[in-house]
Amino acid sequence: MKTVNYMKITFPAMAKNESLARSCVAAFAAGADPTVEELTDIRSAVCEAVTNAIVHGYRSVAGDITLTLKMTEDNCLYIKVSDKGCGIEDVKKAMQPLYTTAPEEERAGLGFAVMEAFTDSLRVTSRPGKGTAVIMKKKLTDKFES
Amino acid sequence: MTVEILTGENYITAVLKGELDHCTAAGAREIIDARLEKYTPRLCILDFSGVSFMDSSGIGLILGRQRVASVFGGSVRVKNPSRYAEKIIKLAGLEKMILPENCKV
Repeated sequence: MKTVNYMKITFPAMAKNESLARSCVAAFAAGADPTVEELTDIRSAVCEAVTNAIVHGYRSVAGDITLTLKMTEDNCLYIKVSDKGCGIEDVKKAMQPLYTTAPEEERAGLGFAVMEAFTDSLRVTSRPGKGTAVIMKKKLTDKFES
Repeated sequence: MTVEILTGENYITAVLKGELDHCTAAGAREIIDARLEKYTPRLCILDFSGVSFMDSSGIGLILGRQRVASVFGGSVRVKNPSRYAEKIIKLAGLEKMILPENCKV
């Protein structure tokens, strides 16, 4: 499907950039005139992915997070959140609801569950020691179609 | 995010305002825990009516306060979550912690 718009930003893995990331995705998606619900869903999903990169990917080292956004002709928003952090040994296990390796930070182990529930598809690729990439797709309501 | 604590007889209400994420949850946690430990109330109400955004960090905040309160036999309830916050609370299976709308606490 033809790409009609795209954007790529890189920012340091700092907690205050969680709000920056979700504002960016909201601003980008606004061009496609999404519903308030769709907007909230994608803001939450992006926030979870970025928080994961900060809390887990860069737990012991500093680094950058890259947020790549793409809008296609059929009103699908593609979101990629990637880091060059520690990576995930067992992606399947990490994606299990309530599983967390950061209970001391009061992480509920629901990051991937939220991403999964609030988008149409979620794919996670990771290499230990190299980093993690989370790719999500969200179909936005096409108001002209309905 | 701002947190205002209202104290009543045997309960405290933490009125949260703003966006609740991993970054802001840390500050909210500190403020609420200080009062929880000081007053050891039977009930701690987290008033979410002013929370404009929440991700799974909100769940961590709720469960974490429940853990602190349970030490002295207290419990935590959530008041007035937005439709979106409620969606996440339900996803976590915590809908029983939401106070009914007509509750007069």
